[in-house]
Amino acid sequence: MSLWRGGEEGRYETYKVPLRENQTVLDVVTFVQRHLDPTLSYRFACRVGMCGSCAMTVNGRPRWTCRTHVSRVAARGQLEIGPLENLPVIKDLTTDMRPFFEKWQQAKGAFVPSRTRREDFAPIRPDTPARIAADAAIECINCAICYAACDTVRWNSDYLGPAALNRAWTLVNDVRDGATSERLQAVAASGGCHACHSHQSCQELCPQQLNPTASIAGLKRRTMWAYLGGEI
Amino acid sequence: MNVRLYLWQRLTAAVIAPLVLVHVAVIFYATRKGLSAADILARTRGSLTWASFYGVFVVAAAIHATIGVRNVLTEWSPLRDRGAGLLASAFGVLLFLLGARAVVAVVLP
Amino acid sequence: MTLRHLRHRQSALWLAALAHRLSGLALAVFLPLHFLTLGLAIRGEAPLESFLRWSDQPLVKLAESALIFLLMLHMLGGLRLLVIENLPWRDGQKQAATIAAGLSAAIAFFLLARMF
Repeated sequence: MSLWRGGEEGRYETYKVPLRENQTVLDVVTFVQRHLDPTLSYRFACRVGMCGSCAMTVNGRPRWTCRTHVSRVAARGQLEIGPLENLPVIKDLTTDMRPFFEKWQQAKGAFVPSRTRREDFAPIRPDTPARIAADAAIECINCAICYAACDTVRWNSDYLGPAALNRAWTLVNDVRDGATSERLQAVAASGGCHACHSHQSCQELCPQQLNPTASIAGLKRRTMWAYLGGEI
Repeated sequence: MNVRLYLWQRLTAAVIAPLVLVHVAVIFYATRKGLSAADILARTRGSLTWASFYGVFVVAAAIHATIGVRNVLTEWSPLRDRGAGLLASAFGVLLFLLGARAVVAVVLP
Repeated sequence: MTLRHLRHRQSALWLAALAHRLSGLALAVFLPLHFLTLGLAIRGEAPLESFLRWSDQPLVKLAESALIFLLMLHMLGGLRLLVIENLPWRDGQKQAATIAAGLSAAIAFFLLARMF
């Protein structure tokens, strides 16, 4: 198998790793670091598909390495592992996630409260269309696989990306949130939801089965009406 | 692309779709009937209908193509918003002028 | 983009997006030429007539057919996008994209066949 070594500039280096039953790509990377080359840098945390830290490019596709079985992807005995695309490389398999989170902020992907502790809880019915829409997109754990997979992110450095826009969509549908106008403004700007071409690579590769393309389409509708209504 | 450009792009697309179908059908009919230039021009010259039809078609197509080209330029060329917008607009103006000339050529009595 | 990058870009939807973009570019290149030809009529019937006769050649008819294919592909792909963007989400995008491509080819081929 080959692993990317270096920063933005570097090369793939080959390692021989014992093949075991029920082996994940993360197991293999860990083996290299522990037994072959302690200078290898990579990230992981939970090892069980909950945190999203271990996302890397495996044979050209961004995946959670802890949930990717070697037997599934190394069909012809070839395994090539690199850092996530579209993000600056710090070293080897670790990327700088700051641009990803900065765009999250730019899309106003944070909840802005409209009530204080002195008021009653906002009653949210789970079966309202808005809540159903928000719930369908809410399980994002910021692993950046969609961001790495997106060609529009690759081609357009201003593009906020599927994850940030997906989160903005959940908040736009949250009746408790108090910053809808600002958020719609943020996603209607250059680099916002209108830059999406619906390639759907995000939806195809999201390990949580989320659909940022649909969320972004929703944002396109909302911003269109907001613009026509003079709100933004 | 921002919301304004997006709206113009999608709106002109919606306008062009039915016009394209009519146009293709018309051309197909003209070809099958073996119409000569004289035959065609006899039908289009002095026709307000054809002038309106193709006039709208040309304007919509010029706008639609301009925004599309602009998007491609921002993603596939080193140009960014301003430069891409200028180059695309120049192309759009060219399209409009050539298109208007073509419409005039066939509808002027 | 290296060959490695192309591996996850074989999905029908990515190819559909590429086809949409390339057909749009091709049409953008074609359109000024198309307008120039029609503008021949400004100089009278004869220049337009001689162009129409020139375009009767089978090779030109084939090219026109290819143009119709690109036009239909761009339009049907665009309509698929308009549906995604303006109507509630529906699954089956890959199938829709494939049908759009097939329909475009069928229409272009039908028109080509009827032109001879």
